[in-house]
Amino acid sequence: MTADTASPASIPRHSELVEERLVCWYFLAALAFLFVSMLGGFLMGFQLIRHNPLSGIELLSPGRWRMVHTNAIAYGFLANAFLGILHWVVPRLTLRPVLSRGLSYAIFFVWQGVVLATAVGILLGEAQGLEWGETPVWIDPVAQAGLLLVAINFMAPIVRVQGPIYVTLWYFIAALVWTFLTYAMGNFVPQYFVSGTAAGAVGGLFIHDLVGLFVTPLGWGMMYYFVPILLGKPIWSHGLSLVGFWGLAFFYPLQGIHHFLYTPIPMFLQYGAVVSTIAVELVVTTVIINFFGTLRGRGSEFWTNLPIRWFYTGMVFYFLTCLQCSLQVTLTFQQLIHFTDWVVGHAHLVMFGVFSMWQLGVMTYLFPRLLKQDWHSRRLCEWHFWLSAGGILVMASDLTLAGLFQGWSWMGLMHWDHSVEISQPFWVARLFAGLAIFGGQMCFAWNLFQTWQAARRERSAEAAPAAGLAI
Amino acid sequence: MFETKSGIFFVAGLAFFAFAFLSNALVPALMYRDVPEQTAEQVVNGNVLFQLEDLAQRYPEAFRTAWGDAPVEEAAAAEWYVKTGAEALREGRKIYVGEGCWHCHSQFVRPVSNESRRWGPVSESPEYQNELQRPVMFGTRRVGPDLSREGGRRSNDWHAVHFFRPTDLSPGSPMPEYPWLFDGAADRPNRRGLALLVYVQWLGSWLDSYPYYETYLPSDLKDVELPAAAAQ
Repeated sequence: MTADTASPASIPRHSELVEERLVCWYFLAALAFLFVSMLGGFLMGFQLIRHNPLSGIELLSPGRWRMVHTNAIAYGFLANAFLGILHWVVPRLTLRPVLSRGLSYAIFFVWQGVVLATAVGILLGEAQGLEWGETPVWIDPVAQAGLLLVAINFMAPIVRVQGPIYVTLWYFIAALVWTFLTYAMGNFVPQYFVSGTAAGAVGGLFIHDLVGLFVTPLGWGMMYYFVPILLGKPIWSHGLSLVGFWGLAFFYPLQGIHHFLYTPIPMFLQYGAVVSTIAVELVVTTVIINFFGTLRGRGSEFWTNLPIRWFYTGMVFYFLTCLQCSLQVTLTFQQLIHFTDWVVGHAHLVMFGVFSMWQLGVMTYLFPRLLKQDWHSRRLCEWHFWLSAGGILVMASDLTLAGLFQGWSWMGLMHWDHSVEISQPFWVARLFAGLAIFGGQMCFAWNLFQTWQAARRERSAEAAPAAGLAI
Repeated sequence: MFETKSGIFFVAGLAFFAFAFLSNALVPALMYRDVPEQTAEQVVNGNVLFQLEDLAQRYPEAFRTAWGDAPVEEAAAAEWYVKTGAEALREGRKIYVGEGCWHCHSQFVRPVSNESRRWGPVSESPEYQNELQRPVMFGTRRVGPDLSREGGRRSNDWHAVHFFRPTDLSPGSPMPEYPWLFDGAADRPNRRGLALLVYVQWLGSWLDSYPYYETYLPSDLKDVELPAAAAQ
């Protein structure tokens, strides 16, 4: 993979490379915030169907918890899980440990502080008026410094690799740069430098780049790493990998304004965003083809190999998301679906259906290796998968459909209450889909706890660590 | 270049990002650089002053607790109202953001889908060139209606009751209750509640189409004996 010419004897051992305890901590922190986020989602979900049992309590206000919901997912769940995965992948791929063990632990604590402070700040009503960036303004500089340290910590081993580097590292290098720049742009420019319409353009770029330049490249980078390892074969086409990366790198950053079509932002910029969005869907198609080309001939692994099933299900959802996106980004569709639940469904499909599913797949793969213990129950793993995948499929379809009806109601100049009334059955269905997803994660948490207990028992019995870790 | 560290770092990481930032963020910023950004003081117009005075008469105690008394002398009073209005707008915006209002209410009217028939004039750039749109409150979801032309459509006491318990006025509404903007009752908004009322009444106040819902006159209803249930 790397161009290193090291002989097998001089390859450092896994234990010298990977700080397993830290990977584990990151995953556990990620799961904790996932539960916080889901609780926030429930609060808003119950409010929408007008059955919020905790109504009228300031610190439990659904409006505030809605912001905790999205921020806990972006910075608590996704970022923590990615950091854990980076601590596993980067040293193994570069054959060098990260810059500093101490720094790694420091970053862990700083980042948990940032996320907790964000949640507390939002709950106290201190949110910043920037979607996905509601982190109170006084935390932004700390988060920014944290992102810089993350980049330095992981870039250190990467820059020492000689010659061309593997696809995963393309994505990771780009993601480390982009995440830092995106966070700086989104949190400081519209707050301190520009206002009004121009700030809207920056806000659009931020919302979009957070998904496209932080989550997406890290997600695909880990797919390029884990899929060939799990299938025991190389990626189908290196040429398509190149097309995928460079196409994403060029077109993705240009699309932010498509979040604000028909605003006073100049029309030529809106057209540019629409065109580049449709262009990136073509690029995405090449990436999907490449991965399904890799799976070709090994299709049965989809059913037998759990992480592979998580990954490829996520990829199918990714393709659906992008297909949906290439439709909804057109001005014709925008007239109808902008401001509706269609967009909410789309966001859930991307953030949970794709990236969370991938990370849960990686966790399914790595936890037995971190704990040196097979999963307590394969059946619970299956429940975790099917409840998650089924739940998000129902939620996304339900909200997409709801969006169409809401759009037609508004366009037809019905009384506003009409759009709320017709949404009720969809919101109830969405709540049940959310409960299914929550149930899935409960299965996972219980299974993890049992596996950990079993690992502890085994260690205390001083049994030899299990050699076979087949899932 | 395509597979090297420096190519990816400099071209994909920095150059492509910079290109996107310049073309998508700097261009609109340069286009609007001649439209001056107004301060909160500058956007306190006659309509906002009208609403402030209305609030001062409707909720005299709450108003006095929040911002004190207006000077008696006319010129000083005018200045005081502008200063108080700006303060209220800044605070109201903070509450609008902090409570997540902007996640269910947009602040722009699109030129499509009959929106100008429902809400009024299509939004234009200069409307957003002020301190209170930093970051801009376009919004991305409408569970409730757009608010950019909300000011003046309804009276302050309508909004107060609606913030306190939305279902009292709009039975099917999924909007949360905000009792912490009040001192226990819908007719006793606290400072935060008053600030949010000013902010909402400000929205659209810069337009000629700002409606005068009513001219406030002290009600004679308080002299009427109300049945116990209705007096609650």
